[in-house]
Amino acid sequence: MNSLQDTWVYLSATPLFHLTMTLVAFQVANFAFEKAGRNPLLNPVLGAVLLLVAMLLITGTDYGTYFEGAQFVHFLLGPATVALAVPLYRQWYNVRRSALAIAVSLIAGSLTAILTAVATAWFFGGSLPILASLAPKSVTAPVAMAIAEELGGLPSLTAVLVIATGIFGAMFGPGILNLVGVKDWRARGLAMGTASHGIGTARALQVNETAGAFSGLAMGLNALATALLLPIIWGILVGLLSV
Amino acid sequence: MAYLTLILVCQLAGELAVGALAMPVPGPVVGMVLLFILLIAIGSVPKGLDQTATGLLNSMSLLFVPAGTGVMLHFKLLGEALLPLSLALIFSTLATIVVTARLMQWLGKERADE
Repeated sequence: MNSLQDTWVYLSATPLFHLTMTLVAFQVANFAFEKAGRNPLLNPVLGAVLLLVAMLLITGTDYGTYFEGAQFVHFLLGPATVALAVPLYRQWYNVRRSALAIAVSLIAGSLTAILTAVATAWFFGGSLPILASLAPKSVTAPVAMAIAEELGGLPSLTAVLVIATGIFGAMFGPGILNLVGVKDWRARGLAMGTASHGIGTARALQVNETAGAFSGLAMGLNALATALLLPIIWGILVGLLSV
Repeated sequence: MAYLTLILVCQLAGELAVGALAMPVPGPVVGMVLLFILLIAIGSVPKGLDQTATGLLNSMSLLFVPAGTGVMLHFKLLGEALLPLSLALIFSTLATIVVTARLMQWLGKERADE
């Protein structure tokens, strides 16, 4: 009994344990997703997060200890973002041909993301730090966190909101796009990447390579657009809503 | 392995450029642009790079799990502001998708007709 306890203490302190649990949780969630015919309600990121949070709460493990193992997975986000250059290169002809349409749609989408999020949260009584944490939610996590900090929000809350936005967009984006009759893969990808960054892009890549490339492009461009636009319009917004 | 090295070199160069020039974008996005420029210069995607990139991109969803698990740090705050946060997130994400996609489909079509 004691040796089992010792083994657990040892294992739970090594990065290997939580790294492995992260992969196992994702495999289980992804298996359920595939078995259910890729039912969007069984989004594998959401499923894996729920499994892991339950496990950490039950075993009384804090997030810092978990992250010591999980950081190896987290780290690969950087290389995966760089790798988006490959589908983008393949679609370069299509991108260049519709450069103006992409630029206009992206800026409109970026502004929609910021303004609707801040206005809705304000209407339902969100405080200023909550609004500032929410404003950059559609942008990839490292940029969103930096922007939130600049505006007086909570970067770690922003990280959670960014992931939640990504999961929600991946779950319901394709459905709403069908509903409003958008069949153009370029437009579908651009919308997924603008609204829900890398998680939307991961979803778009599963469906269609053109959509994936446009989504990756939109993710990069929206990071840039939001980083440039949001600090400028933030002052106006705060004054307008008088918060 | 050679191509994973290339990807990491691009990311590192991106991080250095962001730090040196105080750019408002993350290092990996600049790294993506650098690799893209390299591909334009080469004129094709080397087979090994294609395999490495496809491997990374196929497991992209998994890579968001550790950050998402960070939700457990904010249960209290999320509970207090659940209504404004969830409604804003739902409405804003759907509105952004519809506006971007409809505009792109409309503008893109006009261009194709020329």
